[in-house]
Amino acid sequence: MSSFVLQRFFSFFATLAVTSVVVFGVLEWLPGNAAQVILGETATPESLVAMEEKLGLNQPAFSRYVEWVGGLLQGQSGMSISYETPTAVLMMERMHVTLPLAIMAMSITILMALCLGVYAASKQNSKGDIGVMTLSQLGLALPNFWLAILLILLFAVHLQWVSAGGFPGWSEEDGGGLWAGTAALILPAIALAAVQTAILTRVTRSAVIESMSEDYVRTARAKGLSKQQVLWRHVLRNAMIPVVTVMGLQFGNLITSAIVIENVFVLPGIGRLIFQAIANRDLIVVRDVVMLLSAMVILINFFIDLLYAWIDPRLKTGTPAV
Amino acid sequence: MSTPQTFQRMTQRALKHHSFAVGAAIVLLIVISAAVSLFWSPYPVGDIDIPNKLAGSSAQHWFGTDSLGRDIASLLLVGSQNSLLVGFIAVGIGLGLGVPLGLLASAQRGWVEEVVMRAADFTFAFPALLSAILLTAIYGPGLVVSITAIGIFNIPVFARITRGAANAVWSRDFTLAARAAGKTKWTITWEHVLPNVASVLIVQATVQFAIAILAEAALSYLGLGTQPPNPSWGRMLNEAQSQMFQAPMLAVYPGVAIALAVLGLNLMGDGLRDLLDPRLSRTR
Amino acid sequence: MTPSNTTPLLSVRNLRVGLQTSHGQLEALRGVDFEMQRGDTLGLIGESGCGKSLTALAIMGLLPERATVSGSIALNGTDLTQLSDEALCTLRGTRMAMIFQEPMTALNPLHPIWKQIAEPLQLHQGMDLVSAKARALELLERVQLPRARERLDNYPHQLSGGQRQRVMISIALACQPDILIADEPTTALDVTVQKEVLALIRQLVAEDGMGLLLISHDLGLMRDQVERVMVMYGGAVVESAPTKALFGMRAHPYSQGLFAARPQLGLKRGTRLQTIAGNVPEIFNWPQGCAFADRCAYVQDNCRQALPQLELVPGTHDGIDENVADKSRRVNAHWVRCPEWQKLEASA
Repeated sequence: MSSFVLQRFFSFFATLAVTSVVVFGVLEWLPGNAAQVILGETATPESLVAMEEKLGLNQPAFSRYVEWVGGLLQGQSGMSISYETPTAVLMMERMHVTLPLAIMAMSITILMALCLGVYAASKQNSKGDIGVMTLSQLGLALPNFWLAILLILLFAVHLQWVSAGGFPGWSEEDGGGLWAGTAALILPAIALAAVQTAILTRVTRSAVIESMSEDYVRTARAKGLSKQQVLWRHVLRNAMIPVVTVMGLQFGNLITSAIVIENVFVLPGIGRLIFQAIANRDLIVVRDVVMLLSAMVILINFFIDLLYAWIDPRLKTGTPAV
Repeated sequence: MSTPQTFQRMTQRALKHHSFAVGAAIVLLIVISAAVSLFWSPYPVGDIDIPNKLAGSSAQHWFGTDSLGRDIASLLLVGSQNSLLVGFIAVGIGLGLGVPLGLLASAQRGWVEEVVMRAADFTFAFPALLSAILLTAIYGPGLVVSITAIGIFNIPVFARITRGAANAVWSRDFTLAARAAGKTKWTITWEHVLPNVASVLIVQATVQFAIAILAEAALSYLGLGTQPPNPSWGRMLNEAQSQMFQAPMLAVYPGVAIALAVLGLNLMGDGLRDLLDPRLSRTR
Repeated sequence: MTPSNTTPLLSVRNLRVGLQTSHGQLEALRGVDFEMQRGDTLGLIGESGCGKSLTALAIMGLLPERATVSGSIALNGTDLTQLSDEALCTLRGTRMAMIFQEPMTALNPLHPIWKQIAEPLQLHQGMDLVSAKARALELLERVQLPRARERLDNYPHQLSGGQRQRVMISIALACQPDILIADEPTTALDVTVQKEVLALIRQLVAEDGMGLLLISHDLGLMRDQVERVMVMYGGAVVESAPTKALFGMRAHPYSQGLFAARPQLGLKRGTRLQTIAGNVPEIFNWPQGCAFADRCAYVQDNCRQALPQLELVPGTHDGIDENVADKSRRVNAHWVRCPEWQKLEASA
């Protein structure tokens, strides 16, 4: 077991390291240097020089890279150009919105998709199955930001149950609170979850159907297990393998979709941060947020790999003995 | 059976397949709209008509007008050109560069395959939309940059799929026989591997087409895609959002257009998957 | 020695199975009739697609959803075709058990083998985990799995094909069923292992006094392993006889062809191998009458019109001679489904 975990750990770190180099590198190979991009075309030569000094561009790239990575590992980061605060502080603030949002969306997705997918697979070709498949086709076709707008139209404009956007904050002194905060995140979470649910439902359904046609299901039936018992004891665990794979991929999708959704609902999250940073040409923030988001995706993939090993003993034990 | 007869039979089967028929019909509708809009639209899309802004549906304006008085129907029609263009080029980039890479990886195996697949995996690790946003941030927003960004992310997708399917073909005995007969890897790839992976690629192409349309819509919504005055369904949604209270329907039509296009492509892809699957073409 | 009016262990009468396919409703089994007592070993031989596995699945009640079954399958007197799935679940694994061809895929890759053996024990006998695991060990030792105690926690992928099949056998025998159906149990195994596994099955079946229905396409196997053989072709049993009798004389043209096609040592160089002309018709092309009609040298018009009935070869009879102590001669009837069989030359 441990060699597998170690392998994955190395892979995780290696990917993280390479990612950091790429992220850093992309911003090095800009048309013009970073200072020019930040200040734009109308910058005066003096302001350019000042910015270059501020960014430390006179130092060689390698030492800047090391400084950056070293800083990140110690929990310190560069200063944002537009906000004049360390990016780490900015990002932490914004994560208070994005992380709960992502967790809510992922929970809805997993719950709905597993229920619908298993139901559709166990009642294959019945009306219920066709209904689920049709629904998922529609779910796949909807742009999530359009769904978001439609939800706002229905629940905020028409029914006026929630506001059309914005986030009141988690603490009650600021006029927010646990309930108010959650209420503000429900519509965005649903909008995010819709497409992912559609995808995961289909994957779950086909994984369960595939598992049900395996030989060991026939053996289990020959032992005298009922169809229900076979489903729970044999099929589901095997079906989980492809499902978990997709769930891992979906997390990355979720993070990026959050960028768009946060803009639709004007939520002060990471997505909106990076969007504003791009508009302000604040490359420091852009670089650090991209690094953070990529790191999160890589971390999730690492956990998914560990989950595999727990589900599938063939990975733990490796080569067959005779 | 002669080729025209096989083709006829294939078409008959295709039309009987519900998913494919409906999907193809929708896609055809959109293609026709785009083609028609090249020559004609109810109103020129640049026509601003402020006095008539935010009008509801009427005989003159089937879907009403937007905040600048432009005819929604015309915008939708011309906007289809944009979506189709993005889809074609993005998928084209993916196929053009991804398929050769996948074929190369599969034919050569060894370290070549490792490198190609690691690079592909790595690109997957970067959320695609995020990197598209980054690129548009650095190089400026616009159609070209967004198509390129989306297209670049199709490359690893097609490379992976091609390599997987190609590996399956290489492991079959007839390729071994061809090698034994003295054919080079490249001849075999061209004559045998490629035709056999074609069906998988066609199906994936429709899927990626749909994804490209969605991605471009998202980028346009954020203002990073097609720039004014060229119409774009995604950007129309953004503009509509600010008019939500006055003219809610404006937020519906462009979304329906996008959803319809994606739905049509998905149904077509599902249908093609069933029709082209060699296992299912004979009796069960 | 049991008298002839005991309820047979298994009695299959006029079993017909219809399948729903993309070509419409097809009759996949067109006439299967046989009887087994406890302790009998019956072989079912035929080519791929003749319906052997389908017969086994029909008995177990494991046909696909869209299948229609007519006729009767009586296990210890109970007609299985009339039972609900729940009722069949109580019989599967307890009174009737089955082992399959591919041991690799027949075991769940995610469960350790002791768990898979313990499952029927927990399900049907209400055993707790600890007792079930202990019993699993006993069973593994009984099927002669080397180093059974260490292997308990192994997963299927850690065992070889022969070992996996032994595990399958122990699963099947866990609740001491009355009948064991073995569907090509050794086809996927190495030749050397085949003999061991078959010998094991024979031994265990004899020890427990179970009935054995052994399905195979291998004639040589039949000769050594079973007392009675049924030959199937085109969804029907075309010949049924005690093994010795069948190896002595074949009455059905198909069986004749089958036996004649065996390669033999000692033939002169250049002798052509015998084959049966023509091809096995595909299931959706089965004719109304005898499925062998197009390949048969003795075919008549009435053969094609309707499926012939089973006829008894004179001199053999379906009865029990109480004066004969030798069990193998108890039931020595030789049945054949061919109206023209008397015209065939009896070949050795």
